[in-house]
Amino acid sequence: MDQILFLLFAGIAVLCGINLVLQSHPISSALSLVGVMGALALLYLQLGGEFIAAAQLIVYAGAIMVLFIFVIMLLNAGKERAVPRYLWVRWAGLPLLFAFIAAMAYIVQRILPPSGEVKFGAFTLGSAEAIGTRLFTTYLLPFEITSVLILIAIVGAIVLARKEIE
Amino acid sequence: MNYLLLSLIKTAVVVGVLMHTLAYLQWIERKVIAHVQLRVGPRRVGPHGLLQPLADVIKLITKEGMMPSHVNKVFYLLAPFIAVTFALISISVIPFGPIINVGGVKTGMELTDLNIGILFILGISGMGVYGVALAGWASNNKYALLGGLRSSAQMISYELPMALAIASPLLILNTLSFRQIVEKQSFYYFGFIPNWSIFHSPFPQIFAFLIFVIAAFAETNRVPFDLPEAENELVAGFHTEYSSMKFASFFMAEYANMVTVSCVATLLFLGGWQPPFPVQYGSGYIPVIIHLIAALVCFYHAANPARPFDRITLPVFGVLFLVIAGVFLIPVLQPVLLPLFWFGAKVGAILFVFIWIRATLPRFRYDQLMKFAWLFLFPVAMINLFATSLAVALTAK
Repeated sequence: MDQILFLLFAGIAVLCGINLVLQSHPISSALSLVGVMGALALLYLQLGGEFIAAAQLIVYAGAIMVLFIFVIMLLNAGKERAVPRYLWVRWAGLPLLFAFIAAMAYIVQRILPPSGEVKFGAFTLGSAEAIGTRLFTTYLLPFEITSVLILIAIVGAIVLARKEIE
Repeated sequence: MNYLLLSLIKTAVVVGVLMHTLAYLQWIERKVIAHVQLRVGPRRVGPHGLLQPLADVIKLITKEGMMPSHVNKVFYLLAPFIAVTFALISISVIPFGPIINVGGVKTGMELTDLNIGILFILGISGMGVYGVALAGWASNNKYALLGGLRSSAQMISYELPMALAIASPLLILNTLSFRQIVEKQSFYYFGFIPNWSIFHSPFPQIFAFLIFVIAAFAETNRVPFDLPEAENELVAGFHTEYSSMKFASFFMAEYANMVTVSCVATLLFLGGWQPPFPVQYGSGYIPVIIHLIAALVCFYHAANPARPFDRITLPVFGVLFLVIAGVFLIPVLQPVLLPLFWFGAKVGAILFVFIWIRATLPRFRYDQLMKFAWLFLFPVAMINLFATSLAVALTAK
């Protein structure tokens, strides 16, 4: 049952990812990305990361992508027009991609130590409580630094967006 | 009992009750608004218009589903589907009562108890924006597009104060699971003041409750925040181009969101299914007394009829109320019925406020709405969160 569900959600994620690249309309692409994020949230949930799953849904699918779609709608962006490409790019692109993936798989297989088998339900540290404890003890410094970084980004956005008023 | 079978039965019960609630909520809304405005409301279909929801459903199903030209077909059809799906999913984590024992089977009165229940609701309700935004965009209509844009901006803005308002009682309750949230609110100060979040000491969450309810009005696009469908400016907003069942889906989504939000407010702030005062002081007899009073009123008016047929109909209702009062006295049924009664009463009260406000208040202007969210509601929610965290940190053991 776990394997079937995993394959189902992973398949949805991959299909949405491919669709994201293939679609020519920005809204279709953005919605495919929402699909990828939803499928990822379900995969997290299946692996025992409940909090991460919820955060993925709330932050990425529920807030960031809504803003994306909002902006696309506001600018009323139309279909992308395909730019004429060199002939060799069209024919060599796919084989090169597969060659790259194969090389990556080979390197990972050779250099990285073999990881243990993933068991569904074996990971139990994904609850909000466990993550909160870790964030405020072991990973306190990275956590605080990240929040300062985000604050800087917010201030920067406000400065850039502010109208020049004399 | 088989887990799958049990879940199927519970799902059937919840879906059945929810669908009837949604249908009759609309009837109640029309009736209440009519009485506020000194009208009588729907009266033609069935006694007191009670079959009006059925008539509406038949009308909407048999109506021709118009498809305007030059719409983006996929998204045009997907939008109502998204809206109604994500509106209905949320009900699956709402508990309606404690863990009960039916014929040897122990089960909680909810579909599932997630340990991230409240986050699940936030995530799912955030996805509901897509339905509205896509509907507005795909309709190929400037009014619909403006309505969709307004609505998505409004929903994003009001999600912030809403999340902050939810966070402060969670600090006190220290859990994300709805069942535990209610169980933590179960004891009484001095034996009679309920330990609900809004009465919690040292820092009662009454402000958080008010902020939550205000943000909930905006999230569900209800008056006074129903700008996405401001008729005088935008025809019908994002669902201008929708008809028949596609329109009904949006309609149903709005009412389902109202029910969900009321349930969350009840669970987080009003102690869920806990009675307002302890059972040993006789809170178990409140439903009996209410139904007895209703029965007595019926019998009194049957004895002094205002209309000729009151002599026949009112005694029937009187006897019905007496039977219901008697059912609440049966000891075997009490552990099931009393929590349901209190939960229903609290949710019903909040839903009534929704309708009451719709009949009372005018609509905000758009800039007022945004200013209100960012310059008033958000800072107030922030201050409330800070004060609560301070109280929690100072009283922590």
